[in-house]
Amino acid sequence: MTDSIRGKNLLSLNGLSRDAIVEVLDAAESFVEVNQRTVKKVPALKGRVVASLFFEESTRTRLSFETAAKRLSADVLSLAVASSSVKKGESLRDTISTIDALGIDAVVMRHQSSGAALQVSRYVPHVRVINAGDGLHQHPTQGLLDAFTVRQVLAERNATTGLESGSELFEGLHVLIVGDIRHSRVARSDIAAYVALGCEVRVAAPGTLLPTDVENWPVTVVSDFDEALEWADVVGLLRLQRERGTGSFVPSLGEFTATYGLTLERSKHLRPSTLIMHPGPMNRGVEIDSRVADLPAAVIERQVTNGVPIRMAVLYLTVAGSQQERQS
Amino acid sequence: MSAFVLRHGLVMGEGTSDLGDLLVVDGRIAEVGTRVDAPAGAHEVDASGCWIGPGFVDLHTHLREPGHEEAESIESGALAAAAGGFTAVVAMPNTEPALDNVALVSYVLDRGDRTAIDVAVAGAITQGRRGEFLAPMAEIAALGVRLFTDDGIGVQDPSLMRRALTYAKPLGVRLAQHCEDESLAAGGSMNEGAISSRLGLVGRPALAEELMVLRDIELVRLTGGAVHFLHLSTARSVAMVVAARREGLAVTCEVAPHHFTLDETACEGFDPLFKVHPPLRTADDVAALRAALRGGLIDAVATDHAPHAPELKDLPFDEAPAGMLGLEHAAALTYEALGAADADPQTFFDLLSRGPARVAQLRPNDERLRHSGHGGALRVGDDANLVVFDPQVRWNARRDALHGRSTNTPYDGRELFGKVRATLAKGHLVVDEGELV
Repeated sequence: MTDSIRGKNLLSLNGLSRDAIVEVLDAAESFVEVNQRTVKKVPALKGRVVASLFFEESTRTRLSFETAAKRLSADVLSLAVASSSVKKGESLRDTISTIDALGIDAVVMRHQSSGAALQVSRYVPHVRVINAGDGLHQHPTQGLLDAFTVRQVLAERNATTGLESGSELFEGLHVLIVGDIRHSRVARSDIAAYVALGCEVRVAAPGTLLPTDVENWPVTVVSDFDEALEWADVVGLLRLQRERGTGSFVPSLGEFTATYGLTLERSKHLRPSTLIMHPGPMNRGVEIDSRVADLPAAVIERQVTNGVPIRMAVLYLTVAGSQQERQS
Repeated sequence: MSAFVLRHGLVMGEGTSDLGDLLVVDGRIAEVGTRVDAPAGAHEVDASGCWIGPGFVDLHTHLREPGHEEAESIESGALAAAAGGFTAVVAMPNTEPALDNVALVSYVLDRGDRTAIDVAVAGAITQGRRGEFLAPMAEIAALGVRLFTDDGIGVQDPSLMRRALTYAKPLGVRLAQHCEDESLAAGGSMNEGAISSRLGLVGRPALAEELMVLRDIELVRLTGGAVHFLHLSTARSVAMVVAARREGLAVTCEVAPHHFTLDETACEGFDPLFKVHPPLRTADDVAALRAALRGGLIDAVATDHAPHAPELKDLPFDEAPAGMLGLEHAAALTYEALGAADADPQTFFDLLSRGPARVAQLRPNDERLRHSGHGGALRVGDDANLVVFDPQVRWNARRDALHGRSTNTPYDGRELFGKVRATLAKGHLVVDEGELV
């Protein structure tokens, strides 16, 4: 168990303790306010250099990370892989070494291969590596921002603050995760976060989109989706990863929607207070009906907004945390 | 006249072992006895505390030539083999192009003749190893080739495999199968299970292997052909082959050192050095393979020595090629698996020499063969393909101390028990005092 990400890499949420996660959520809390100022900037990482290396297409995660780094006053080196030497066949090791040679403190990395961020962390042990999504493995900042969003909304409802509530509001909270669990790095990170924070997690998916060893996971597989929707305090939908060949795991998108899509009809099973979440980008009409995505209980935009303070917190703790430790 | 005398070792006959000396003159065993008088000028090898046995035979070596000489060549692979105590290897046909015709097989045999050891060849079962049309097995068999395989991939189509068995039967050759149903293996990169699921790596289920083992056992029953099962990695695969052999079917099997020394947890760091097909399995499978080795249920330990250029083993786990080195550590790892100090030397030589020599049909003093004899009982007159193995040496595997062209060993830093002190191949001392001569 890791009790803090200070000065460390953030590659996975597996093995992070409740304290470690709460520390990030609390740090993010303090950055929310920064994002509401006219001048949205603090000098926390002034003079530091954060490289952003996205080997896989991404808009929101990349913009979110780069915004976070800039609001901490870090300089951002952004490698657009599509037009870079990677396209010319450069290896991961050479790419990271080249960027490292320019002098960097952290690298935010997305890659289509599971484990790529861990491999890079071995090539540049002096650089903090933050995994922005690796294959089917992990997407740690998504898991953190999802937990942060849940805490924020529940705290508002309970007339308290996220900081004051710590992990209290997660205790016994009913979280239902729906859809392509098997191919989802978001599901892996979400489940790790929610379970560490004390939630009860259930999953709903066609058999082929469940992990082959789901019995080893700290979750319960629901047999009746409608019943599970009534049970849930939080419903986390996942993107059906059509680009990863998920298509052949279900007979058709239509059948998936009919059985595990959050249709308008089915949304009637939800309590009004139940939060509807989606990491984006959504396939409207596939895993979620457009009208459901626009319900007041849907906090999908809020998830995007919270991406920035969470990523500020992660960058701050992993990068500045290392210096504090060195000095002490 | 060339003469070597191996002094004061435990000389391994078949079923017997006696402390004594062994004299080699002009490439043949000239005398075995408690105290042998060596002719003047004979090179003396001190074998005290060591086992003197038939040289090791590897049924499964990827020499990469032609096509991938950056990773290994016939010459460099032969040196690595000799350093590991091997006096003969069977070169796998998954080169580029594949060894699926007389010209290419002859090329490898000719290059092999120029190395320090015997290089036999396994021909491809199908043209280009594409699993569509049979390769000219009869023509290739006429060169002395006794094994055929599409290794790297199994023959997926059961109808084609049936035809291959029926065609091979009258040729007196054996088909060797890489058992994995590629459809079930789904392009995965490690064993399917809790670990692959957590790591987000697509898994290759044990069933992908077991289903093809089962299929081929039944095809052997149907056709009366013979199959050698390459690198079995699961408990059930071994159990099925053992049961089939008891029924009298012509099946043999090998296991690879990495499958009986490493398990799937090695993949947790996403280090492609541990990526191999079939994949590293569970700890239970490892234990079952070790028990099968000790119980004499396995015909051969075979290395599946698979050199790869460093940049390829630096790719992300799912993109990196499968395979790891094996020749230089196989003997020590086998000794360890047999119980190290408790290891039975006869079982050790059965697995590393006699068994594989039988499967490859590299029997002693067979005039029909292009190669000298291997895996014999160390009788006077036999070809002198010999190894001196010191079971008492403890050493550490080091990637910078290997003799081939590649360094993709998964064992760097591992403590090993037992080391080759000398290798005599084709009548020459190739390794002496643990070093290549």
